Amino acid sequence: MADQFYLFIQQLFNGFTLGSAYALIAIGYTMVYGIIGMINFAHGEVYMISSYIGFIVIAALMMMGVDSAFLLITGAMIVAITLTSVYGFSIERVAYRPVRGQNRLIALISAIGMSIFLQNYVRVGQSSRDIAMPPLVEGGWTFGNPDGFEATLTYMRVVIWVITIAAMIALTLFVTRTKMGRACRACSEDLGMTNLLGINTNFIIALTFAIGAAMAAVAGVLLGTFYGVINPYVGFILGLKAFTAAVLGGIGSIPGAMLGGMLLGIAEAMTAGYLSAEYKDVVSFGLLILVLLFRPYGILGKPEVEKV
Amino acid sequence: MSHLLEATDLKMQFGGLLAVNNVSLHVDDKEIVSVIGPNGAGKTTVFNCLTGFYQPTDGIILYKGEPIHGLPGHIISRKGVVRTFQHVRLFKEMTVIENLLVAQNRHLNTSLLAGLLKTKGYRKAESEAMDRAEYWLKQVDLLDKANWLAGNLAYGQQRRLEIARCMVTEPGLIMLDEPAAGLNPKETSDLDGLISHLRDEFNLAVLLIEHDMKLVMDISDRIYVVNQGAPLAQGTPEEIQNNPDVIKAYLGED
Repeated sequence: MADQFYLFIQQLFNGFTLGSAYALIAIGYTMVYGIIGMINFAHGEVYMISSYIGFIVIAALMMMGVDSAFLLITGAMIVAITLTSVYGFSIERVAYRPVRGQNRLIALISAIGMSIFLQNYVRVGQSSRDIAMPPLVEGGWTFGNPDGFEATLTYMRVVIWVITIAAMIALTLFVTRTKMGRACRACSEDLGMTNLLGINTNFIIALTFAIGAAMAAVAGVLLGTFYGVINPYVGFILGLKAFTAAVLGGIGSIPGAMLGGMLLGIAEAMTAGYLSAEYKDVVSFGLLILVLLFRPYGILGKPEVEKV
Repeated sequence: MSHLLEATDLKMQFGGLLAVNNVSLHVDDKEIVSVIGPNGAGKTTVFNCLTGFYQPTDGIILYKGEPIHGLPGHIISRKGVVRTFQHVRLFKEMTVIENLLVAQNRHLNTSLLAGLLKTKGYRKAESEAMDRAEYWLKQVDLLDKANWLAGNLAYGQQRRLEIARCMVTEPGLIMLDEPAAGLNPKETSDLDGLISHLRDEFNLAVLLIEHDMKLVMDISDRIYVVNQGAPLAQGTPEEIQNNPDVIKAYLGED
């Protein structure tokens, strides 16, 4: 009986960790969709690139003799967030702005092209083999029965949760409290009107891409170091899952992306724990279909109003 | 003397459709000018060209002597030309006061860092924006609704908030596209008073599209009539009321 409880707790830990990553990446999908109504399919690749940047920075710092996990993660985080934001900003300029205002399918194709380009760009630069790294933060707390099942809460998980929550609070404050955030919200309600009120909407759109990329970079560095293995293809399936999470929570809604990510992470972890790891994708996409059947606009989304 | 706004031979073509054909108009300081014409005459398209919402196919638009055609909307608005649309386009998910603050973004310190750190200069600019917003809420009688979501206001109040949102940008010319549409007679006469007040108190020029002929004839200094994309007549309200071409366009031929 107690074993059952600790097994459940362990799956919850797994779910929160996976969910943090989904939620952080989903924010990028949802913000971009909220403003220009397009799905940025290259967003998963942005996550992958940030993982690589994180790895490179950590390796470089280690070579310089830095061995404090705190400094390594902080350094990787700062560089990855900065560079990945530049990637997000540039992707919008290069691949999306020239086709904005055209048929939406064109932007979609451009996004898929960007995604393939980025995968191969990293593959050529870094090779397609897995790159591994030893865990930076070791140890953790164990609970439960030493003779039966023991749940482990590693320190690294706690680091991931704390940073994820901090990133989400920072984003929420940015959107609700700052002038730029206010302009972002205005753009997501009515892009044309916002422009006519003297706001450079092109800049706000590019900024949104950069913020989404920064959030993905937080996930990229944390999850990369947590799992310890990356390759140029890790962004694809994770991006797809995060997109699912965004739709689940209600695409266009930032709290929706956070909630959708967490729900999806927990659902997958529970499936893996109680059913079989092979079924976790079935369950997560099944959950998506179920939610969309009853709430087509997602859990926290708003029904689409026909615009005149 | 040059005009405040002067558009010459404006043309807007959509594929095979010539929506605006050689329309010229001008507005002087402190003038209320109306554009009237049957539905589909191209009035709103003219507005869209003037504000940079569309790029006109041809023609010259000068504001205070400077060419503004082909400029993006936010630049034109920063120069002092702002507009409303036929249907209410408020940010309905934002509060009334936020609607007025967004419109003043350009007056505020644009540095992201200053915003996050809330520096002294940022706070000062923010409090000025707040004062301006409050002032205009008083002018349109919405001060007690400042923290309401804009979408929850009554229709007439939303219309007034839109005008306040234009005014906080401190424009030189305000363009109103059918501001009286959907208003009852009482609200329409309040609007009449508000528009004249704006002109008299704030030295504002107003360009107006309107179907409510009583409002148009009451407040306009001059009127342009367009029909099927082309200019039909122009003149004072009396001249327009007695112009046989205008009567024919509105009522049809015998």
